[in-house]
Amino acid sequence: MSADIIGTYAVAFCLLIGSFFTIVGVIGLLKFNTPMSRLHAPTKVGTVGIGMLLAASMLHSFVIGQTSIHELLIMGFLFVTAPISANFIAKVNIHRGDCETPPSPLQDDTWSTLNTPQEDRKNEAAGQ
Amino acid sequence: MTTALWVFDIAMIVTFVTLGLSQILSMVRLVIGPTPGDRILAVDTMVINGLGIVIALGIYQGVQIYFEVSLLITMLGFVSTVALARFVLRGDIIE
Repeated sequence: MSADIIGTYAVAFCLLIGSFFTIVGVIGLLKFNTPMSRLHAPTKVGTVGIGMLLAASMLHSFVIGQTSIHELLIMGFLFVTAPISANFIAKVNIHRGDCETPPSPLQDDTWSTLNTPQEDRKNEAAGQ
Repeated sequence: MTTALWVFDIAMIVTFVTLGLSQILSMVRLVIGPTPGDRILAVDTMVINGLGIVIALGIYQGVQIYFEVSLLITMLGFVSTVALARFVLRGDIIE
């Protein structure tokens, strides 16, 4: 077995793992019941699925002799931005009351995401 | 080498079919999604699946030209998701 054959098998393996995680995440997006549980499934698409496809792309570039590791940039960008967008979607769900409200915190009055900043409170009072 | 190429072709076909099916299933969630959060999430998933299709096309054709395309799709997908979520949250994108 030469390196080319092993590399081709590795590319096929990475492609299959990536497509498996993609379809699992999207089925979860379609089948779960509540908005918050629907939020957790497609994060696997963004990290593992696309990560494995990018790994397959890198391995394939090694196999065909045009070495490139640019794909690490896309992988890093996805891994950094996926939690941020998930946090924003969770805040949309919380603020619109689409999910169960979390139990009240132990020490403070309310959770910080539900709290109104001090400046906005003054503006509301002045407006009224 | 022929067996390896056959396995690679099968994996390529499976990947394209799976990514297309994922795109259709997320479109179903985009249409029926009861809450705005679900619709934003479905759009985000569709952007990521489209990114996967572009990457798989780059592997299939064996060229590096699709790298810039996928990087641009990634950035635009993140910015559009955050902009939609902020618009739903605050009624404005840049305050």
